[in-house]
Amino acid sequence: MAVAVRELPLDLDAFEGPFDLLLTLVLREELELRDVDVAEVVLAFVESRAERGELDLEACGEFLVLVAALLELKARGLFPDEGLDLEGLDPEEAAEELAERLAAYRRFRAAASWLDERLEAESDRFFRLGAAPLAPVPSRALAQQDPAQLAAALRALAVGSPEPSLRHLVLTYPPLARFLDRFRTLLRSRGRFAFDNEVDRLSRIEQIVAFLALLELRKRGEAQIAQAGPFEPITVWNVSAS
Amino acid sequence: MERLRLVENPVDRLARSVEALLVIASKPLTVGELAAVTEEDEERVETALGLVAGRFREGRSGIVLEHVAGGYAFRAAREAADACARLVERPVQRGLTQAALETLAVVAYLGPVSRPEIARIRGVAADSAVAGLVERGLVSEAGREREGGAVRYEATPLFERVFGLTDRSELPELDELGGDVEELRSRLEDVAARRGA
Repeated sequence: MAVAVRELPLDLDAFEGPFDLLLTLVLREELELRDVDVAEVVLAFVESRAERGELDLEACGEFLVLVAALLELKARGLFPDEGLDLEGLDPEEAAEELAERLAAYRRFRAAASWLDERLEAESDRFFRLGAAPLAPVPSRALAQQDPAQLAAALRALAVGSPEPSLRHLVLTYPPLARFLDRFRTLLRSRGRFAFDNEVDRLSRIEQIVAFLALLELRKRGEAQIAQAGPFEPITVWNVSAS
Repeated sequence: MERLRLVENPVDRLARSVEALLVIASKPLTVGELAAVTEEDEERVETALGLVAGRFREGRSGIVLEHVAGGYAFRAAREAADACARLVERPVQRGLTQAALETLAVVAYLGPVSRPEIARIRGVAADSAVAGLVERGLVSEAGREREGGAVRYEATPLFERVFGLTDRSELPELDELGGDVEELRSRLEDVAARRGA
């Protein structure tokens, strides 16, 4: 794969050819690194990977190290006054630097592979690590379903619910005339009666209608009403009798 | 009972205490730590550990005593691994990427090491990889290079435990892992010579 990186074709303003030739010319100081657009080198590499339709980590790793080294050399060349130790690198030193950098990276990449293999070899080692999170309980797969039955079940669910009955909320009032007739009869026969005694066994609604009937009699001048105080018994009597 | 007590080996009793301590500990315990809490000398603790290791070993028990991460700890026997895997997750080990493994390798070998130093070796920024390893508990902060300098990182005892290492000296020698400078140098020179020809 490293061969693929080295042979990466480049078509830059300052250079045209494979990647390894670019490196060679840079190391030999036959090409000014400041004239090389490193971003285009990266783009060329990314495009070549995209064309291959694969992500080769080894090639990517080697390319990144090479490009990082190029960038660092270029940055040091562009800012020579920073007093960096690589200022004025001769080709020999640059090659040494690049080789050292690649070697270090390769050693750690190999160490990472060793760790990966070790992790795989130790995959059957389990130990307590504080409170270990419980593994998710595997969900039970549904049995084979009949599409027609599923559709029928969905149709049944889609049917609207019946309208709720509000009958229990409807108030039924007895006719006012019933109490008017009743009280007129009492006034004619007795001349006076205690309202509370007459409505004592009636429902709350009936008591309300009875009281309205009493007020109606008072309004029409057919009866007089007296009450000593709030919540005291109400006495009703015939006007003509008094 | 009185007679039994008279013939009991005191190291057996110490071994039972060591077992108990290893059961309740959430990390490997060193011989020194075990000696301190049992108020025994280290030599007797090591003898007791030998007894415990004999009782709790592969093929004899579902629990195995192991020497790991600089101390002693119990783990599950390997034969029970499948059942263990159905019970617990292993978030520390799961899904370690190539970038994470490379970063972990740099920290394990060179730690304490700063993120810029890691990035210099790998050629890419190490911020994300280091953050992920810190979150997993495999590396931790280890102070700064100097006051106001970059934070440095080192591998944790959990790293050694996860990778089954007694300590970091069990890691292979870095020089044995390839990346020979002379070989790379000669390759570069070969390329230069070929192109120059």
